Amino acid sequence: MVSGAEIMVKCLEKEGVTIAFGYPGAAICPFYDILYQSKIEHVLVREEQNAAHMASGYARSCGKPGVCIATSGPGATNLITGLATAYMDSVPIIAITGQVDSELLGRDVFQEADITGACESFTKHSYLVKNTADLPRVFKEAFHIASTGRPGPVLIDVPFDIQKNEIPDFVYPEKAEIIGYKPRVEGHPIQIKKAVEAIANAKRPLICCGGGVVLAGAREEMIAFAQHSGIPIVSTMMGLGVIPMDSSLYLGMIGSHGHKNANRAMHEADLVILCGARVGDRAIAAPEQVAEKATVIHIDIDPAEIGKNMPVNIPIVGDIKKVLRVLAEKISEKQTPQEWIDDVLRWKSEYVLRGEPQENSVEPRLFIRDLSSLMDENAILVADVGQNQIWAANNFNVKEGRFLTSGGLGTMGYSLPAALGAKLAKPHRQVVAVCGDGSFQMCMCELGTLCQNDIDIKLIVMVNNRLGMVREVQDRLYGERHAATLLDGSPNVVKIAEAYGLDTAVATSNKQAKELAAKMLAQKKPFVLACLVDPDAPTI
Amino acid sequence: MKYTLAVLVENQPGVLSKVSGLFSRRGFNIDSLAVGVTEDPTISRMTIVVNGDEYILEQVEKQLNKVIPVIKVKNLNESGDFISCELALIKVSCNQKQRFEVMKIAELMFAKIVDVSVSSLTIQCADSPDRIETLITLLRPFGIKEIVRTGTIAVEKGANITAVNKK
Repeated sequence: MVSGAEIMVKCLEKEGVTIAFGYPGAAICPFYDILYQSKIEHVLVREEQNAAHMASGYARSCGKPGVCIATSGPGATNLITGLATAYMDSVPIIAITGQVDSELLGRDVFQEADITGACESFTKHSYLVKNTADLPRVFKEAFHIASTGRPGPVLIDVPFDIQKNEIPDFVYPEKAEIIGYKPRVEGHPIQIKKAVEAIANAKRPLICCGGGVVLAGAREEMIAFAQHSGIPIVSTMMGLGVIPMDSSLYLGMIGSHGHKNANRAMHEADLVILCGARVGDRAIAAPEQVAEKATVIHIDIDPAEIGKNMPVNIPIVGDIKKVLRVLAEKISEKQTPQEWIDDVLRWKSEYVLRGEPQENSVEPRLFIRDLSSLMDENAILVADVGQNQIWAANNFNVKEGRFLTSGGLGTMGYSLPAALGAKLAKPHRQVVAVCGDGSFQMCMCELGTLCQNDIDIKLIVMVNNRLGMVREVQDRLYGERHAATLLDGSPNVVKIAEAYGLDTAVATSNKQAKELAAKMLAQKKPFVLACLVDPDAPTI
Repeated sequence: MKYTLAVLVENQPGVLSKVSGLFSRRGFNIDSLAVGVTEDPTISRMTIVVNGDEYILEQVEKQLNKVIPVIKVKNLNESGDFISCELALIKVSCNQKQRFEVMKIAELMFAKIVDVSVSSLTIQCADSPDRIETLITLLRPFGIKEIVRTGTIAVEKGANITAVNKK
C-alpha cells in the first residue's frame, strides 16, 4: 500500500524535482514527513510568499518548474502574491498546499481557506484533489500544463485525508492527456508568408523582443534572425538580455521608463514585429498610435495575447523558437533600408546615459553601470521593484547572463527570494540582488533562509529612506505632498544583516561603492552592501 | 451585438466557476449562461450569450479557450443558422375574472398553464427569447409576481453539430 503523501513525493521525483521551497503546517505534515525522508532538498523559507518567489527565481534560471509548498489557510493565502507574480511573468511553478480534511471542506474550520477559488485568476490551472488515486494524474497534468505552451503556475490543493489515505500501488502516467489543452507550436504557413512579404516591403522595420523569447529559450534564434535580417531591435523589460546590449542594432528598452531613442524608433517604424511581448501599458503606452503608422506582426504562443492590447495585422500563433527559425530561412539577408538604420543609429548616439559621480552619496545609475562592469559575463542580476528596478534595467549591461525582475505584477520584495532561488538553480554563477530600503523591508526575513542554507548571493540595498518612485510621482502630480512615502523608523540595514552574521559594508560615494562592490564580488560569501542614495535622485 | 457561443467543457467540479469568473474578471457582459450535460456524460455544454463588439467576442473566445477544461468554443452566429430556445416560468396575478383572458394569451403564445390558484396562474413557455419577451409584455398588465428563466440554449440548424474531435 502507498499513501497519498508517498505518491506526491514519488510524483515529484518522477518529474526530476531536486529542490522545493516551502513552509510547513499541520495540514501538510503527512507530505512533509515523506519529503523529509526523500532525496529532494527542502529550503525552509521565512514567509510563504517568498517560497513562490524562490521557486520563480529557480524556474527562470534553469527552465524547469519551481516547486513551492505551503500549509492550508494562511500558508496558502500567503502564497497568492507570489503566484500572481509568477502568473503575470509566465513562470512555471507547481504550488502544493495542504488543505483541511475533505469532509470538513466548506465548514470554515481552523486554517481552512478556499485557495483554489482564491487563486483562480492567478494560476494557469488549479486542482483540489478529492481522491488519493487521482494524485498521479493530477501531478502529471500539473507539470505538463505549467511547463508547456505559455508557462505559468499550477496549484495543487491536497486535503489532509487525501495525503493519509492509501491505495494499492503507485503508477505514474507516461503522458498527460488533457482533451482541451493542445498548445499550438507551429506558425500558420499563410501568416508566415504574409509576414515574409511585410518584412520585404518594410521601409522602417523594427523588432520588439519581449519576455516570451526568454521563456521559449529562443535567444539564439532571435539573435540569428536579427543579424540575418539587419532589422533594428528594441526590448521590453522582460526581454532584456536576449540581445547582447552592445550589439550595434540594439536600441535599448522601450516604455515609460525606457530609452527615448527606443521609443522613438517604435513610433517611427512602419513595421513592428512583436515577439513574445504582451504590450503592457508600461512598455507601449499608446499601442493604437504605433499601430496607426505601422503594420504589426505579433508572434506569441498564447493566441489571447494577440490583438488584446494592440491591433494586429499579421497574427502568428506558435513557438517563437520555431517561428523565428522559419522566418529567418525565408527572408532575404540584410534587406533593411540603410536610411532607416542611419536614423535609428543617430537617435541611439544622441541618447546619453545619465548620472554624475557623487561624493556624499551614491549616484545609483552610475553605480549600476560600475557594478555591471565588475560582474561576470554570465552573472544573474535580480532587480526589485521601484526606482531600483529602473536604475538596474536601464544601466545594467546583460551579456551572457540574466536580468530577472517582477515585470508584470511589479511585486516589491521579489529580489532577495528570487535571487536565492536563482543561485540554487545556478550555483556556479554570480547572483546579485538589487533592492531599495522599501523592498528590502518586505523580504528581509529571508536573510534567515540565506544563512540557514549558506547561499552565496550579494545583496545591494539602495538606502534613501523613501518609497522613491511614488515619492517622485507625488513631486510631479500631487503638489510635492509626500503622503506615506517617507520610511522614517527604518532599521539600519547593515546592522540587521550583521545580526544574521553576514558581511556588510556601507557606501557613501560612487568611488567607495565601486571599490566595495569589487570586494563583495571577489569573496565567495554572501554580502550585504548598503548604498546611501540621495532621496532626490531621479528614476530615469 | 449579441453572440451565442456553444462551449464544450469537461464535466468536472469547478469548471462553471472558472468560466463565469473569467467573464467578470475581464469585464465581459454575459446575457445568459446555461449549462447541462451532453450525449457524452464526461462532457457538459454551456450556451453563453455575450453582448459586445467583435473585439470583445474575439477576446471571449480566446480567453475561454485558455481555460484548461474548456474543450471547444464555437460561435454559432458565425457558423450559420441556429435555433435558440429558452424555458420560462411566469407566475401572474389573476383573479377569477381575469383567468380566461390570461389563458387566452398563453394559448396565443403556445405557452402552457402549469399551475393555478385562486389568485395566480403559472405559465410555462419554451420559446425563443424574443417570443418570451413578447409573452411577458402581454402578461405585465395583469401583474407579474415572479419570472424564472433558464437562459438560452442553442443548436445549429441542419445536420451540423458541435462536438469534440476525438482522435
